[in-house]
Amino acid sequence: MNLTLRVWRQAQSDVAGALVEYQAIDVNPDMSFLEMLDVVNERLISAGDVPIAFDHDCREGICGSCGMMINGVAHGPMKGTATCQLHMRSFRDGDIVVIEPWRARAFPVIKDLVVNRSALDRIIQAGGFISTPTGGAPDGNTMPIARQASDSAMDAAACIGCGACVAACPNASASLFTGAKISHLGLLPQGQPERYRRALKMVAQMDLESFGGCSLFGECQEACPKEISIDVIARMNRDFLVAAVAASEERSGGDEG
Amino acid sequence: MLRDEFWQNLVVPGTGAELNQSLEAAGRVADFLELGELMCRDALHREESCGGHFRTEHQTPDGEALRNDAEFTYVAAWEYAGEGQPPILNKEPLVFENVRLAQRSYK
Repeated sequence: MNLTLRVWRQAQSDVAGALVEYQAIDVNPDMSFLEMLDVVNERLISAGDVPIAFDHDCREGICGSCGMMINGVAHGPMKGTATCQLHMRSFRDGDIVVIEPWRARAFPVIKDLVVNRSALDRIIQAGGFISTPTGGAPDGNTMPIARQASDSAMDAAACIGCGACVAACPNASASLFTGAKISHLGLLPQGQPERYRRALKMVAQMDLESFGGCSLFGECQEACPKEISIDVIARMNRDFLVAAVAASEERSGGDEG
Repeated sequence: MLRDEFWQNLVVPGTGAELNQSLEAAGRVADFLELGELMCRDALHREESCGGHFRTEHQTPDGEALRNDAEFTYVAAWEYAGEGQPPILNKEPLVFENVRLAQRSYK
């Protein structure tokens, strides 16, 4: 199959970019989307051009490196998959495919389709670490965790930090990401001592970065390659509210509990 | 020879002024050339078969690895001696105090 690509080319963050048209010729439908880009790049290199820069690492949907807007949809037309898990059989011969980087003020373009997602790392950092003394690994059966809580924690922990939620959101909000990180620790007994402190700090850092606010469009959960539900945003808001009220009562010296 | 060819006749698109994934890849290949050569040198130097290192000229009549403990009971680190110079072998003998060096049988 043959496709026409319109790819965002931008040499550096401080120079203007533009969509450039390329032909992807003899594309095998069994190729992944990234393999198709590899082939296009090989041709560009042979012709003496600069290949298209894009982030990638594991190519099996677990690292969160690859991510791009494909025809305006984060990670492309397949639901619940990262770009690397998208195959060319999802497209038809003769299709025009527009490929852009994540568009968000908090994610400046480094080059072409590569954006700087360090803001997400800083949110994680702000959450701090769990201060539980370790020692020998505890017997899993000595710590009862309700089935529902462990399932929900695992669902939240599936977040790979790709940033699709931010890119899909009309406000470029990082609420689904931050909510997932707050939820996966906050739902488990091991995460309880720092639960509210963590929510306050991570939300504060999220607000410091150039992300927008959440207005519950729900685009994030549609774009999420791990299909994380916006329930995690509700949990984040609840933990943040409880923490904020407790902090303000502490400040006013109220002893009514 | 191969490495000279690599350093003199290589196409790396783009420049060093911006993110350049081709340059990253070229740097990795340069490392692999060096490491690959060193691994070959080490394998040629070690005149025995031991573990994953198997040389057909050092095997028992039934095809098992034949060690040479008299000469090769040591851990080693190769030291870079500069461009074009052969690396220097640093040895530290392996001394067994509580167990006796033996041969394991997988049969």
